[in-house]
Amino acid sequence: MAGVHDRVLRDALSIGVATGVYAVSFGVLSVAAGFSVTQTCVMSLVAFTGASQFTFVSVMGAGGGVAGALAPAALLAARNGIYALSLGPVLGRGRWRRALDAHLVIDESTAMAHAQRDPADRRRGFVLTAAAIFACWNAGTLAGALAGGVLGDPRSVGLDAVFPAVFLALLVPQVRTRGALGTAIAGAAIAVLLLGVAPAGVPVMAAALAAVPLLVRGARP
Amino acid sequence: MSWAAVIALCGAAYALKMAGALAASRAPEGDGVSARLDVVVVPVIAGLIAVQTLGEGRDVVLDPRVPALLVAGALVWHRAPLLVVVLAAGATAALLRAAGL
Repeated sequence: MAGVHDRVLRDALSIGVATGVYAVSFGVLSVAAGFSVTQTCVMSLVAFTGASQFTFVSVMGAGGGVAGALAPAALLAARNGIYALSLGPVLGRGRWRRALDAHLVIDESTAMAHAQRDPADRRRGFVLTAAAIFACWNAGTLAGALAGGVLGDPRSVGLDAVFPAVFLALLVPQVRTRGALGTAIAGAAIAVLLLGVAPAGVPVMAAALAAVPLLVRGARP
Repeated sequence: MSWAAVIALCGAAYALKMAGALAASRAPEGDGVSARLDVVVVPVIAGLIAVQTLGEGRDVVLDPRVPALLVAGALVWHRAPLLVVVLAAGATAALLRAAGL
């Protein structure tokens, strides 16, 4: 049993470190876009949702204005709402507990929670992953914001390939039935088909539609 | 940049998370609603993998992320630890890029 728990902790730390490296580039980008170091750190602490933050500072830096930057950022952040809904019992019951847990709902913490076979491990996977990422994401943001552009392109060390690999590793344990495999393939297809025609954020969210047949079938007695 | 922009982003991000959490707390317990909502995450994560692997802005491109994901898939299939999967995927993409791909 201790071995299982160690695995959750080890996985959480691995994801945290990778996220931290990405956070350094967020810090660099945000300061370059014209945000102060404090503003940059507040975004990582309070918004705490990577893809939206990157999009927001990019559009603002390019002179897109608050409304123009907020729309794509909110579209990207909207999937966190779907995640929170799916996590249900994994999130704490009390009002304050739930308010704090909601803040921690992101791609990685959700995928880690759902990847655990034992329901008792789901909460642990969620909390440990969120805690590791929160620490690394904010430390990385501060480092990047202070250091400026001294860091190279994270793509040259393959960091952009790391995240799909993480999510694949966390998705596979959730695909236990033929129906789940079908929804996964359909979800990927929907996202790719929409990539060229829908605004950023919509393709990934629309992938949820692939679950509709399973939901409808499950609703029947 | 204005603080209003920062506050707008932070408020929107948290409101979207909290909306889902509140909806989840309204769902009746013990009738399998949350078990069924589980299935929504599978296609969303699959869509995320597809976009992160093939997306370049609004274009679909084949670059070193694709072989890196295939290497990751093979390792996941053989139940390799996550850290091994992460390092192998990153190394595959980095080596292919260093080779000029």
